[in-house]
Amino acid sequence: MYRQIFDKYAPTKDNLIYILHEIQDTHPQHYISEEAVTEISKYLGVPVNHIYSVITFYTMYSTKPRGKNIIRLCESPPCYLKGSDNILRKLMTILQVKPGETTEDGLFTLELAACLGVCGNAPVMMINQDVYGDLTDTRVVEIINKIKGGK
Amino acid sequence: MKYYRSHLLIGMNEASLSAGVKEFEAELRNELTKHNLQDEINVLETGPLSFFGKGICMTVFPENTQYADVKMEDIPELVSEHFLKGRVVKRLVFEGVLQGEAKLNYAERIVLDNSGLIDPDSIDEYVGRGGYEALEKAILKMKPMEVVEEVKKSGLRGRGGAGFPTGLKWSFTAPIQTDQKFVVINADEGEPGTFKDRLIMEGDPHKLLEGISICAYAVGASKAYIYIRGEYHLCIERLRHAIQQAKVYGILGDHIFGSDFSLDIDIKIGAGAYVCGEETALIESLEGNRGNPRWKPPFPGVEGLWKKPTVVNNVETLASVPYIIKNGAEAFAKRGTSDCTGTKVYTILGEVAHPGLCEVDMGTTMRTIINEYGGGMKKGIKFKAALVGGAAGVFLPDSMLDVKMDFASLNQYAAVLGSGAVLVMNENTSIVDMLYSILKFFRHESCGKCSPCRIGTQELYDLIVKIKKGNGTKEDLDKMELLAEVMKQTAFCALGQSPIMPIQSAFEHFKDEFLALVH
Repeated sequence: MYRQIFDKYAPTKDNLIYILHEIQDTHPQHYISEEAVTEISKYLGVPVNHIYSVITFYTMYSTKPRGKNIIRLCESPPCYLKGSDNILRKLMTILQVKPGETTEDGLFTLELAACLGVCGNAPVMMINQDVYGDLTDTRVVEIINKIKGGK
Repeated sequence: MKYYRSHLLIGMNEASLSAGVKEFEAELRNELTKHNLQDEINVLETGPLSFFGKGICMTVFPENTQYADVKMEDIPELVSEHFLKGRVVKRLVFEGVLQGEAKLNYAERIVLDNSGLIDPDSIDEYVGRGGYEALEKAILKMKPMEVVEEVKKSGLRGRGGAGFPTGLKWSFTAPIQTDQKFVVINADEGEPGTFKDRLIMEGDPHKLLEGISICAYAVGASKAYIYIRGEYHLCIERLRHAIQQAKVYGILGDHIFGSDFSLDIDIKIGAGAYVCGEETALIESLEGNRGNPRWKPPFPGVEGLWKKPTVVNNVETLASVPYIIKNGAEAFAKRGTSDCTGTKVYTILGEVAHPGLCEVDMGTTMRTIINEYGGGMKKGIKFKAALVGGAAGVFLPDSMLDVKMDFASLNQYAAVLGSGAVLVMNENTSIVDMLYSILKFFRHESCGKCSPCRIGTQELYDLIVKIKKGNGTKEDLDKMELLAEVMKQTAFCALGQSPIMPIQSAFEHFKDEFLALVH
């Protein structure tokens, strides 16, 4: 499975970031496994420790298995001003998880994010690639239920 | 060619997509067809419109009517009233325009003159608005050094933060004789409250490509990389499409306009690190490393990506370049102030009546920006402060709203100008809370390379938490200021040098709020 991804990129170190993106995006649990790191290391000829130093530096990568849907709630000043902390409390209550944790059914992982660049509609969260803005308690419940319903 | 009676432009951006604009558009087309209007009304997708009405927004030409927050259930009324009978549906009209509060100033724009007017996915529409004429002029009629001189004469300064003169930057790289030079475009917009570059890329991607090409021609680069943040999916998609189109038209690739100049532009996607906005950290990231900043000198202009001369420019900076080449340096220099020429894009957020974006002349005061473009305070609640420049920004109280927004007038706070973020707070906002949010951000984003920043950002966060909880002392406040000052003097890059700005400005104007909490 890694071969298909590797074939798209020349074996040079500058492609590391894009290979990591793609491996994580295509993994059902949205993370980069130890096995993947070993394979990348062999392909690029880059030491494992360098790959881990990169993975842990950037917030978009995870070394832990995550849920099917990754919620990234912005907590930067513009969203904070518009009550992102209340939204966080609401999400924690309905999902029964803390930031960084995954729900028991494996459906959601809750994460906090720095500015997502959609501040005109603060408070904002992203679920996978979709942006949800102008969040209120009611809207959050609706969004989560809709995803739960659709699975 | 078909002639339409009206053109209906629907804003496609991250916000409207999340409001379901795609389904909306399909339904709207259905309804128009139902009334046999499909050949009279032209439905077009465009970039972000120049106002942030909530939800789905659209502009109708030639009437120039702005609709905001239009819902599925409004479609039948909209079609039968506006498009069949020609009567504007007043209840859906964007309030800002109706009340004459928020100003829309297309004619005065340089960077966003096409945004919200053309289909960003169509190179023909960009060309139809005079696009790529500047590139043609540069390549066919000017020598590379003449382009550099023209940009120098225009007085253009970098729109990323520090405001370094762009032409001067190019002049360091242009004369170097080497086998390979690069242009790197910093589109890793991460300053909280800032998304001007996203709006430029979503609304008019070809303008950025044209700016990049002119820059590459001027400095002698044959390869350019756009480093863009991973969250900006729509920008990435639009830029990829735009690059493809430009290649087909021979505007990118080998022998552009039949000349000896060739250029290849690639998109590189970031992975979430605020510090990568720093040019040397960005270069490290491009090379496949942690985004830790490098020691300067050598500056990237001499030794950058893979040790080759590299010009790193911000999106807004490069988007200003086509205008300069096409209309001449004087035309650009006429705008703004003598020290700080041209226009600036701001995003106005927070407790204003109409959060949105505006492009105004450099030197326009914050009061004008907030009142005329943001529509003043929301619900008339009294103004307290504006956080200008994001986390690495400053709190401006009412008494400072008449300061001209240019590098000279802002003096020691000049770095806040680039980001263009204006976060407006009303009298119910706690400055202590806002400073807490800012320091939390810095703690998270410190890259950890140098100890003043790695330890300092943690320490500042601990202190503000203590104060916020009511456990702090007056000495803690002094400690915060001293620590931030030490960081300013000793931190390796601009990130660690920045917390002093929000801290000092908060203490200078809102010390009472902090004193009320400490003992």
